[in-house]
Amino acid sequence: MVVVSLPPALLSLFPGCERQLELAAATVEEVMDALHARWPGMRDRLCDSTPRIRRHINIFVDGEKATLSTKLREGADVFIMTAISGG
Amino acid sequence: MAKQVRILLGTKKGAFILAGDARRRSWELRGPFCDTWPINHVVADQASGTVYAAGGNEWFGPAVWKSTDLGETWTHSSDGLAYGTGEQPIKSVWSLAPSIGGLYAGVEPAGLFRSGDDGTSWEHVSGLRDHPSRPNWQPGGGGLILHSLIPHPTDRQQIWVGISSVGVFHTADGGAHWETRNQGTRCDFLPEGQRYPEYGQCVHCLVMAPGMPDRLYQQNHCGMYRSDDGAAHWNSIEEGLPSSFGFPAAVHPRDPAGLYLLPLNGDIRGRYVPDANAAVWRTRDGGASWQDLREGLPQGNVFWGVLRQAMATDALEPAGVYFGTNTGVLYGSADEGESWAPIAQNLPPIFSVETLVVAT
Repeated sequence: MVVVSLPPALLSLFPGCERQLELAAATVEEVMDALHARWPGMRDRLCDSTPRIRRHINIFVDGEKATLSTKLREGADVFIMTAISGG
Repeated sequence: MAKQVRILLGTKKGAFILAGDARRRSWELRGPFCDTWPINHVVADQASGTVYAAGGNEWFGPAVWKSTDLGETWTHSSDGLAYGTGEQPIKSVWSLAPSIGGLYAGVEPAGLFRSGDDGTSWEHVSGLRDHPSRPNWQPGGGGLILHSLIPHPTDRQQIWVGISSVGVFHTADGGAHWETRNQGTRCDFLPEGQRYPEYGQCVHCLVMAPGMPDRLYQQNHCGMYRSDDGAAHWNSIEEGLPSSFGFPAAVHPRDPAGLYLLPLNGDIRGRYVPDANAAVWRTRDGGASWQDLREGLPQGNVFWGVLRQAMATDALEPAGVYFGTNTGVLYGSADEGESWAPIAQNLPPIFSVETLVVAT
């Protein structure tokens, strides 16, 4: 299992969504799959169709910036953040 | 049964809905909706009353929002709203059109999508991007956006679209094949002798005359035009206007010869109202003559503009006319443009204005 933290701006888009949860995933890609399975559409909010993590979304795994292919150890901390953006 | 108007706004920071009283004098503002995402277009299905909002968020990408209770609650979806792997991802949804053939959405970078399940999921109408001109499509100042979207009111096979800096296209087979529809529209920004190409025209806004589907009006970067043959040929109707440059156009709800424009002072002079005096320009004869409408609008030191989707009429009698400025002021007229008053102020920049008539 890994521990996934979601950004506050994402929570209101998916009623009932939790700020922090535990998932079974071996890669960041699998985290996206698991989130999408729980809250349909969430993958589209975090990844584009290239496919890759959206330009203004950052994902850190155990403190290191990650990509979709980043592998996860058992108990890894997956922190999903919104980047500085807007106007 | 009494009828009232709801004004639907797309803004830089969310969607808003204004509810008018029976006289269209007093308005109640609600919003911002859609989590304050930039919302490019808000429309309503006039039959069901369902409201749809199109936009895109820098963090979370494009989506179409939906409310079946006039804005009280919203859902959003972008299921299927994507190009193929490796293609440039969709940044934002720019235009929406409910129709007898489903709900259509125009996006950036330019393309067309259709939903057959009321906005829950989307399918790419890929024929448009298969057009041989597509490798040469270039973005305009607002991006490579499909901003004008007009399904035929009774023939689900026909659709017209306008793409900024590319031009007008038409399909007669439901989107499988498309033809350019730019004959007669100018490109003043090209060298002399090359100003009437097949495509590359900077269409700013495309609208259809009520009850007359073959009549379309087009505000272009370079002129104002009318077509009476389904956009096969365009004729200039800009004589009598203070400028050939502007963004929005709105048709009268019942008169196919009635049109409202808000010309700006030109593409290289600041893009605000001519001589810094606000005016809506109206024709009642298909563009043969124009009348400026200024009563109640500010005169002097006016430096705002109105964006391409930010003017609309309502279906009441007499028709209401509304426009929103890029400085966040919404103006309205309840007498076909004869007199005006601000309806809402201090809003975010207004990207779109549409109306819905509801029975009360």
